[in-house]
Amino acid sequence: MACNSGNCQSNCSQNEQVAQDDSIPAPTTGSDDGANNQQQQGVCLKCKVSPPISSGGGGSGDEARFCGDCFRTNLFGKFRLAVTSHAMITPSDNVLVAFSGGVASRVALQFVHDMQQRAQRNYEASKDRSLPVFGVGVAFVDESTVCSISNDEVEEAIQEMKSTVLELAPPVKQFHVVPSVSLYSSGSSDEKDRLMKLIGAVDDVTGKDDFLMHLRMWALQKVASENGYTKLVLGLCTSKIACHVIAATVKGQGYSLSADIQYVDARWQVPIVLPLRDCTAQELNILCRIDGFGSLKTLQLVNDHPSGINGLISSFVRLLQEENPSRESTIVRTAGKLTPFHFNRLPEINDSSVPLATLRRQKRYNLKPQESISSESFCPICNSPVINSDLPSCGSLKPFKFREFAASCCPSCQFQILPQDQSSMKEFYSLLPEGLVSRSKHKDNDNLDMLREQVQDCLLSNSDDET
Amino acid sequence: MEEGNTIAKRAGSRLCCLCNERKPALKRPKTLEQICRDCFYNVFEEEIHQVIVGNHLFKAGERVAIGASGGKDSTVLAYVMSELNRRHNYGLDLFLLSVDEGITGYRDDSLETVKRNEVQYGLPLKIVSYKDLYGWTMDEIVKVIGLKNNCTFCGVFRRQALDRGAAYLKVDKLVTGHNADDIAETVLLNILRGDVARLSRCTSITTGEDGPIPRCKPFKYTYENFNQNHTYAYFKKLDYFSTECIYSPNAYRGFAREFIKDLERMRPRAIVDIIKSGENFRISTSTKMPEQGTCERCGYISSQKWCKACVLLEGLNRGLPKLGIGRSRFLENSNDNRKEAKRNDGDRSIESKQCGSLDF
Repeated sequence: MACNSGNCQSNCSQNEQVAQDDSIPAPTTGSDDGANNQQQQGVCLKCKVSPPISSGGGGSGDEARFCGDCFRTNLFGKFRLAVTSHAMITPSDNVLVAFSGGVASRVALQFVHDMQQRAQRNYEASKDRSLPVFGVGVAFVDESTVCSISNDEVEEAIQEMKSTVLELAPPVKQFHVVPSVSLYSSGSSDEKDRLMKLIGAVDDVTGKDDFLMHLRMWALQKVASENGYTKLVLGLCTSKIACHVIAATVKGQGYSLSADIQYVDARWQVPIVLPLRDCTAQELNILCRIDGFGSLKTLQLVNDHPSGINGLISSFVRLLQEENPSRESTIVRTAGKLTPFHFNRLPEINDSSVPLATLRRQKRYNLKPQESISSESFCPICNSPVINSDLPSCGSLKPFKFREFAASCCPSCQFQILPQDQSSMKEFYSLLPEGLVSRSKHKDNDNLDMLREQVQDCLLSNSDDET
Repeated sequence: MEEGNTIAKRAGSRLCCLCNERKPALKRPKTLEQICRDCFYNVFEEEIHQVIVGNHLFKAGERVAIGASGGKDSTVLAYVMSELNRRHNYGLDLFLLSVDEGITGYRDDSLETVKRNEVQYGLPLKIVSYKDLYGWTMDEIVKVIGLKNNCTFCGVFRRQALDRGAAYLKVDKLVTGHNADDIAETVLLNILRGDVARLSRCTSITTGEDGPIPRCKPFKYTYENFNQNHTYAYFKKLDYFSTECIYSPNAYRGFAREFIKDLERMRPRAIVDIIKSGENFRISTSTKMPEQGTCERCGYISSQKWCKACVLLEGLNRGLPKLGIGRSRFLENSNDNRKEAKRNDGDRSIESKQCGSLDF
């Protein structure tokens, strides 16, 4: 069994080229003294052959312990375990990788590509060609209309991304540039103005930040469903999730927190999967450095220095991480103990092309529903499940659509995103993309479908015949 | 918001928003209205009264001990409790209960304050000391274990000390001056430390109902922002002691506190939002909750074989300062888990100073 733990000191040697060289001393058992000896002699703990990434004591623990290849193998191992145990990517899938130009999404793209390449090789090598290879696309959300980056910088970044995606072939991947305004389906000339006014209507700094993030997600969902993708891969890593745990707590979203941090999030039309959930930002940074992935610095700047409360939380978590390097993992582990929702599991696959092992594994790891399936209401802006007690009885609000909309939002969005006075709220509602508005009406039908799916097993197929 | 405009107009006319008679003395933190001192007292006291009544914290005829440290929160608590008890006829028998941890230059000064409070408010006072209960003062403990983890010792000892003091006074409930900021810090700490069991319990306004002495926190919804308690104490010229414990700078809680202070500046309601999140976390009731038993050594409530205080004391008395701190760094050269180590401990003879027997 491949050892995925970065701290493993056992003798699992993955490297077939075990050196016969006498100068390399006999490996000692996993005690601290042994490790120190080997470090002093500059050998990777795992393969005991190559020198570690940073010899001479500098760098983080992992850099001093492992060579580049073993480090990459460890990291890819975590990725692959997440993907296979949750059946995130099956042969019949068409996977869209959300790409921001940052470190995590670059690694996600690379690993998905590696996996696809491996599948392609297996396909070409097999005689009966039974297992098709999953498709991969890449999407970049272009927010230049709403952010302060110049058009030239964005153009340059997009060209860089295009060439990166071109290099990751075969198999060929389609690259989608998704401008924020694409949320508006009419294609009219005033959509840019509408978008600018919409963003401008949000006063709260943190609210604006979060609103942009929600719009980004809706844009990704739109491009994914319009182009026939079946899964959306996000490069969310442990560190980002730790920040989200604190952020959700601080914004009063404790109820919906467990929905956002699982490996699978199927409440969206195109389910979201997080294969890098167990990798820390530090590990991803190291990998990018040793593999020479250029990161797009200009776009990084926007993503990595959020303002308002999100920025405060980032620096807080960074501070904690410095004090204790395993703090991020502890935070995510704690939040992982919260009860997930019924949509945090992928529907059981009925596809015959999926290997039996995958089906079995999915059944084993799929989170069991722990409570009766109640139809959840979802906030039309951030899509988080809303507790029924936070929703007012809608009788009195029926006549005004914008009031109904506002009342259906979660308390956090109501406070930090929606304008407080009636007339501004009315205008805000009129500026929203049509997709967001009509969504809230369709949700009830979706819930019913999801309910039927859950009880499918219990329904007797011939119940209608009994008389 | 039309109301906002009217408030602005009123502020311009320089009279209290609520009574429209007197000169305003401060801004109400939640609504930023300008109000006079008397209205502030009324509003503050009325809010606490509503919290007490709305959450059914007390029953008439109950004996209630007020955890009094001499600091601003507990001083305001003592004052407001006795005021409301009188004004609204709660029918409670109130006592002051104070803990002497034995910290020179800090606790001895604040205890003088509490002794004065006893006279000022006419509430009988009981002081329990670590020296009497455990045979160790915090000063002595810090000399042995240093400045890290000392808050762990103090917190565990204080909790038990309060319960023993409460038992001595034969009270039915204990009230403490924990405010919204404290509870928010605790929620964050439990997330950071991975304690899901505590996370589900720490936001309740009354805790320990299934234990020896229930404890309530009437100030649960009082922000420390703009220092409501502080302001109240200042205006009322209440006698309190306002220094931080000299051993606290290294406490882990300090991280959470710094963060919360910065957060409050950006968004005051975030404090209450944290508490709301804490109440709404989806924590399964089948999550491994600790099973309640009694300590074999002293009889105090405990989920393990020995209560935490006994474990810590054992460590102190045997010169093993790390005993009971952290996870499996228990005994030297031991890789076994905590339970096994405890099993070993129980068999050996104990040459330690006795902690008093608990008489419930």
